[in-house]
Amino acid sequence: MLIPISWLTRYVPVAMPPAELAHKLTMAGTEIDSVEEIGADWERDKLLVGRVVEVNPHPNADRLSLPTIDLGGGETATVVCGAPNVAAGQKIAFAREGAMLRSNRSGKVEPLKAAKIRGVLSSGMVCSERELGIGDDHDGILTLDADAPIGAPLVDALGDATLDAEVTPNRPDCLSMLGIAREVAAITGAQVTEPDTAYTESGPPIDSLAQVRIDDPDLCGRYCAALIQGVQVGPSPAWLQAALIKAGQRPINNIVDITNFVMLEYGQPMHAFDFDKLKDGAVIVRQAREGERLATLDDETHDLEPPMLVIADPSGPVAIAGVVGGVATSVTEATTSVLLESANFDPANTHRAKSAIGEGTESSYRFERGIRADLAPRALGRAAALLLEIAGGSAAAGIIDEYPGRVDPPEVRVTAQRLRQVLGMAAPMERVQRVLESLGFRRIMGNDDEMVIEAPYWRADVRIEDDVIEEFARVTGYDEIPTTAMSAPIPHQAPRPFEDFRERVRDALVSAGMQEVLTYSLTSRETLDVVNGLDGIEEPLRVANPMSRDLHVLRTSLRAGILKTLESNRRVSRGEGFRLFEIGRVFIPNPGGALPSENQVAVGALCGPRGPASWLSSQADMDFFDAKGALESMFAAIGVHAEFEAAEDAIMHPGKTARVSIGGRAVGVVGELLPRVLDQFDLEDAAVAMFEIPLDALFQAAGERGAGYAPASKFPQAERDIALIIDEDVPSARIQQIIDRHKLVRSSRPFDLYTGEGVPAGRKSIAYRIVFQSDRGTLTAKLIDRAQGDVIRQLQRELGAELRA
Amino acid sequence: MNDRPSLQQVEEVRASAARELDAAPDIQSLDEWRIAYLGRGGRLTRILRELGGLPPDERRAVGSAANSAKSALEEDLEVRRRELHRAQASANLLAERIDVTLPGRPTPHGRLHPITETIREITEVFVSMGFGVEEGPEVELDRYNFDMLNIPKEHPARDMWDTLWIDHVDEDGSRPMLLRTHTSPMQARIMETTEPPVRVVVPGKAFRYEATDATHEWHFHQVEGLAVDEGITFSDLKGALFEFARRIFGEERRVRFRCDFFPFVEPGVDMAIDCFKCGGSGCRICGGAGWIEILGAGMVHPSVLEGVGYDSQKYTGFAFGMGVERICMLRRGIDDIRLFYSNDLRFLRQF
Ligand SMILES: [Zn+2]
Repeated sequence: MLIPISWLTRYVPVAMPPAELAHKLTMAGTEIDSVEEIGADWERDKLLVGRVVEVNPHPNADRLSLPTIDLGGGETATVVCGAPNVAAGQKIAFAREGAMLRSNRSGKVEPLKAAKIRGVLSSGMVCSERELGIGDDHDGILTLDADAPIGAPLVDALGDATLDAEVTPNRPDCLSMLGIAREVAAITGAQVTEPDTAYTESGPPIDSLAQVRIDDPDLCGRYCAALIQGVQVGPSPAWLQAALIKAGQRPINNIVDITNFVMLEYGQPMHAFDFDKLKDGAVIVRQAREGERLATLDDETHDLEPPMLVIADPSGPVAIAGVVGGVATSVTEATTSVLLESANFDPANTHRAKSAIGEGTESSYRFERGIRADLAPRALGRAAALLLEIAGGSAAAGIIDEYPGRVDPPEVRVTAQRLRQVLGMAAPMERVQRVLESLGFRRIMGNDDEMVIEAPYWRADVRIEDDVIEEFARVTGYDEIPTTAMSAPIPHQAPRPFEDFRERVRDALVSAGMQEVLTYSLTSRETLDVVNGLDGIEEPLRVANPMSRDLHVLRTSLRAGILKTLESNRRVSRGEGFRLFEIGRVFIPNPGGALPSENQVAVGALCGPRGPASWLSSQADMDFFDAKGALESMFAAIGVHAEFEAAEDAIMHPGKTARVSIGGRAVGVVGELLPRVLDQFDLEDAAVAMFEIPLDALFQAAGERGAGYAPASKFPQAERDIALIIDEDVPSARIQQIIDRHKLVRSSRPFDLYTGEGVPAGRKSIAYRIVFQSDRGTLTAKLIDRAQGDVIRQLQRELGAELRA
Repeated sequence: MNDRPSLQQVEEVRASAARELDAAPDIQSLDEWRIAYLGRGGRLTRILRELGGLPPDERRAVGSAANSAKSALEEDLEVRRRELHRAQASANLLAERIDVTLPGRPTPHGRLHPITETIREITEVFVSMGFGVEEGPEVELDRYNFDMLNIPKEHPARDMWDTLWIDHVDEDGSRPMLLRTHTSPMQARIMETTEPPVRVVVPGKAFRYEATDATHEWHFHQVEGLAVDEGITFSDLKGALFEFARRIFGEERRVRFRCDFFPFVEPGVDMAIDCFKCGGSGCRICGGAGWIEILGAGMVHPSVLEGVGYDSQKYTGFAFGMGVERICMLRRGIDDIRLFYSNDLRFLRQF
């Protein structure tokens, strides 16, 4: 909503700079996004109001003329002018030599120089909108209001500021100059002067000429109409055009401009019908019928259907109620009788109608927000008065006022107790009353503890006691409310074991050297397919109104997001190693329109050299064991022991993939990705190891392990190494299982793996470092020898291992 | 010299051993010395072995002298060994010079995403004020996202939240599911299942149908807050949020509240802090205003309380909601919200 200060001051004095007013309005709830000042930089002695005395032809150029300008005080100037619209009698903006203007040639603001144009000296200039920096028009000169005083600084005649207000949906009354004026009055203590709505009724009674019937009073609570006959349609006067332009509207003709002006003034949408085109002079407010169509002023033809509300005459719809008028009954140059409509339409139904036909209008924008029916007759009177003044004609006697939706003005009880309860501060009722009265509220009755107030006729948003309390608080200012610490006892907060666990996992992955990323929750079906993200899911949830194809479905897997992150990062630094992880939600659809299951998953991807270029270590690329290592580090940090066994995954290397489990329960997968998957992500030259751990599974498995504590043995450990020759396909985990089974073995770890020369085909050499320890005493060499012998015999018997010489 | 052992011989051996020990140049030569004097065939050992041939008196005297010489020499050997060891160690240290300017052995290090970190920082402030932490579904029902927050269907207030709807139509033709446009639906969910008092913050993702630019992202995070009890007032709201502002943006912060509209609070406000960069005189961070709006808040609307079955005459409360990205951007001087989800490591590694 654009608010020119010049328009605002028609109703309320503004005695402060626009920026300060903007700040005060913002603090009280009408947010001013920007202030645009017109003429703030116009020099008072260089840009003046002038009057064209006469216009002579230029001796050397047909398209130029030589107007003589009266600058007051006996001073005149003759200039060279290229504008076709310059004419004697006009008030114009005159620039003296040296005035700062936007040059039509360079587009820059520069001082005006005296110049000879086609042989004639021009001592100054008559300005266009563009040269003054207030518009784009430079085809003609800007003409000023006829009563602008000659010789006055231009800034006094044309200077202005426009506030751009972002009005919240609860305040349709502030979608009007009067509404804003009332806010200004409440803030500054000034009084609002409302426009005069009285006019002379010289025609026959309206009832004898026009009829209005409301068939659907639920959707149209009030319909007021006035009739003016014998009007002269034409361009609006300069003041009206200027006001509309500054408020962001395009002038059309005097009748339409008046309806727009009054809408902006009161916040009450209006419509003007060419009365002679309404069949039988009858207006019927009813729901549209199936199959009806209407060509409207927005150059479209709309199919209508119930419960859309239309204004109709006996032959069919003539307007979509509260949204847009029809072409056939609109006001044209030929119109002589105008029926003015000022009505009240149901907000929700207007919203539906607007949505059904597409774009909204200034009118629907206001009706959707729910304006008061009390505005209708006032705005109607104002429009009729302006119409008679500007377009002439005579008004029929009386108005039509169908008001089936009459409601009593809302009354609200306010108590000192509630004010204290909500705001935490006490205020005397008398003070509250003063603030409310400054906003137009009226006290009906009351005492020191409470009162009953009535909201003013323009306010539709004050319904309950707390609404009134806000009115008091926002005008008083929130600074006045004290700042306190809650005195109520702190409520018991239930533990959140899963979330705490998840955060430990997150921290553990970071400690394992992994960088956290966060990716979009939406993706495309194709992307999910590439990573087999729909494994076991029929259809992912889709967005009904996607912003793009790439953001069409809710992710059922985190794999694609992290691969895309890898892809984009490798594009900027190909030689780098990446260890990325994400913890986020996947959305698994549930039947019957139930909300999806939102499962939290940790996924990791490792790719590229293990470390940066270093003189100390090799730069081999990361592989399965880096991903597994990160997982093991994380598991150690959260205190669980996981097992890994060969497994398959649709997008992973069949020989380099492991199922991860804890105590026999699967908690995820780790493996190297297949080249055909990497191809899809522009990672074809990379090896990527990935893990995926559903956190609820991990949480449950981890939760079931005993939280016990085993005291450390106080006796020394002894280490022994053994090297075995064993069948290649025996997993190390199986060998360790047998080693670790011995009661004197504390732990074991493979430290060497070899196949090739010296080892029979199909066999491998694998060496373990075994730690022996007892809780009962120091182990002697003999005891350790015996234990080691036991272990080796078991390995021989169960796995066919032999000791390597 | 091949005489019978004598005291003089013991003394000679001891003296020569002591001389040689002092002269031993390194640890290896100590072994030779030990073999020469104390080994199986060493000179002192031989004396002890040959004692048997002496008359008893002499045997006793020479034996005792030889034994004490032996233990004295053993002791001297240890002392000398330590001496030499030390000398050698310092000689070694001098030889073992490295180029300390070479880079260290690389160790991988990870970091949290700045949004995770910011959420933790924000929630920790409120946890210290007795708030619990809850999370809620990212796919929500219209009912919780709008209806129960006093935002009825067909009301233009809904236009404040451009919604991404889930493609599922109920029998009555309505779309019941959406990507939550804010974390506020958890207000209704929590109160619906909890008796007052309630004091909770809700971090989480939210979504809007919105074109992405430097300050807008369709996918973002919020932290919601809710405190409902008997006797909770707007002044408590001010207290809690003032404390938050000081903890996150600095002790000396001032806060300012202005009227704003959110359908689920009444009164509704916006909280701004004085610019931590320029202190209020106006700069690039605050857009010249001197103040920076950081969150929306208000007293929970009585309709919302009644909607979850609370007695709005008895219970009052405040609620607030803030954008995590915005808080993080302000604190770290980040000027483009798109950096968070482009996941460019050159950006993420700076946190
Ligand atoms: Zn600043």
